[in-house]
Amino acid sequence: MTRPRTLYEKIWDAHVVEQRPDGTCLIFIDRHLVHEVTSPQAFAGLRASGRTVRRPDLTLAVPDHNLPTTPRKDAAGQRLPIADAESAAQLAALETNAPAFGIRYIDAVAPEQGIVHVVGPEQGFSLPGTTIVCGDSHTACHGGIGALAFGIGTSEVEHVLATQTLLLQPAKTMEVRVEGEVGPGVTAKDIILHITGVIGAAGGTGHVIEYTGSAIRALSVEGRLTVSNMAIEGGARAGLIAPDDVTFAYLKGRPYAPKGADWDAAVAYWTSLATDLGATYDKTVVIDAADIAPSVTWGTSPEDVVPITGTVPAPDSFADPSKQAAAAKSLAYMGLEPGTRMQDVAIENIFIGSCTNSRIEDLRAAAAVLKGRHKAAGVKWAIVVPGSGLVKAQAEAEGLDRIFTDAGLEWREPGCSACLGMNPDKVPAGERCASTSNRNFVGRQGPGSRTHLVSPAMAAAAAVTGRLTDVRELID
Amino acid sequence: MAPIEKVEGRAIPFGLKNVDTDVIIPAKWLKTISREGLGRGAFETLRADPDNLFDNPEFAGAPILIAGDNFGCGSSREHAAWALGDLGIRVVIAPSYSDIFSGNAVKNGILPVVLPQTAIDRLMEVAATDPIHVDLDTQTVTTPFQDRFRFDIDPFRKMCLLNGLDEISLTEKSETAIAAHEKKMATDQPWLIPATP
Repeated sequence: MTRPRTLYEKIWDAHVVEQRPDGTCLIFIDRHLVHEVTSPQAFAGLRASGRTVRRPDLTLAVPDHNLPTTPRKDAAGQRLPIADAESAAQLAALETNAPAFGIRYIDAVAPEQGIVHVVGPEQGFSLPGTTIVCGDSHTACHGGIGALAFGIGTSEVEHVLATQTLLLQPAKTMEVRVEGEVGPGVTAKDIILHITGVIGAAGGTGHVIEYTGSAIRALSVEGRLTVSNMAIEGGARAGLIAPDDVTFAYLKGRPYAPKGADWDAAVAYWTSLATDLGATYDKTVVIDAADIAPSVTWGTSPEDVVPITGTVPAPDSFADPSKQAAAAKSLAYMGLEPGTRMQDVAIENIFIGSCTNSRIEDLRAAAAVLKGRHKAAGVKWAIVVPGSGLVKAQAEAEGLDRIFTDAGLEWREPGCSACLGMNPDKVPAGERCASTSNRNFVGRQGPGSRTHLVSPAMAAAAAVTGRLTDVRELID
Repeated sequence: MAPIEKVEGRAIPFGLKNVDTDVIIPAKWLKTISREGLGRGAFETLRADPDNLFDNPEFAGAPILIAGDNFGCGSSREHAAWALGDLGIRVVIAPSYSDIFSGNAVKNGILPVVLPQTAIDRLMEVAATDPIHVDLDTQTVTTPFQDRFRFDIDPFRKMCLLNGLDEISLTEKSETAIAAHEKKMATDQPWLIPATP
């Protein structure tokens, strides 16, 4: 009889090509996603060493980080140039490198273009039980369908392109179990913000987190992608959620998903991956779903989470002296005073988008709050950036775009946008943004920007009132 | 990649906790298609303050950086390691690192030394006035005041750093095993890993 294993251990074991005496393993990579920002130096490295891409058929490239979210074609359907010369050069490099190395490429104006972590699952390129990498830390996202997926640096991108493998040490395992039912207005985003607040920004370092429990199982695949996406904000390079019938129903019929008899074989295999009864984790954290409120961040680390009904904490309320110092710095940067009610914080900018929250269910949740309402006068800039061209088309078919524009929000083209401010979408210095993205770091949304991380429904609520708002007041 | 064995020099007593890679190198510097020259953008936000440590002549050319817990968290951007390297940093000393950053550092010949907070506190004190010595071979950090801290490092990483090894060439020696895995998968799960032509 074999030892009971966790989901992580089963996926790991199935991908070990070779084990070294020190425990380091050569791991086979099933799927490699490539975007324009972290790949040019990797392709340059391949050229310099005369290497080729070992498995172009397991690689998919799509631009997302840099692209402006303003219209990409003129009235005549001609592609518009990118004004920023460096962004244009980076995009041009990917457009040259992908065909030169035989890699499938979704171009900037293709209907399927979008954020790499939205596109992967949407196309069925990301599959349960696979190893997936990308030169982007939010690759953890794909763990939502049960893939072992993690971000890598550019040297590793080059390593995977050349060898379709990575040299890795096995991670420790951590279970985050969320039991019970969440209350009204509490979404997948609130669950993961709450978890990050509980475990801390380094709580999962060295671990792969498996999210379990009835509140996780009750989530749609899109909600699971949101949760796993932010595993990295808790320090874990990857998150995992066991694939189940909900996952299979989501993937069936997607362009790159297996078909016919292959599909049945795949589902049988995926079903066998769930953590065995009796398997143990190195660490377990249990969270009661009833404790989770619509949540918001107050500081400059994603662990700085409070319920929307809460107040800005005082630095001396933290036990750890280094956290006290960090909190004081954060509050100075954020322009917040301890004791201020979060709901009294005025908001000038709204960003609904990013690989965390730009899928159709996210847009529906935001639209449900905005329908028949208008953004507050104090909200100067509010944009909705769908995660992909397909999400955009679906939203338009449902009339969501009209709800957004009628409410005074801008409806944009897909991309990473104001999540990291590499393209022209930035939050002005000193201004606040209620943002559905994943990071509230100093300067993340533009130099001097002040980010409050929230769910799409909470961002919509902030747009309506012009301040951070408990969405439960706007939904009956 | 330049091999690394002994590094001696001034250490920047930075010490901050949860320093993310957006702080090490802001996104606007990521638009480059080269690995070079990123030192200009390193810690840009902090360097807007004229009293910052990085532009203090006392620490000009310092090869060591002392930091707090969870250094290099957040984005996977290897530009953070390139920027530190371009600043002349060969060693970072901190209580912990994000997993992605420490891997990126090693691949660029930067040694991430892990020491407990008590040792960091002492080194911060010494760094304000005196140089620090790091020896990868013996896995020790020493000061001119008889302090001696031993650190652990993964043996594979140590070997790569000491020899300046290119990991891709090492992996290419496992070609037979990689090909065997692909062949097995093409039989077991052809819907996942098709046979190569």
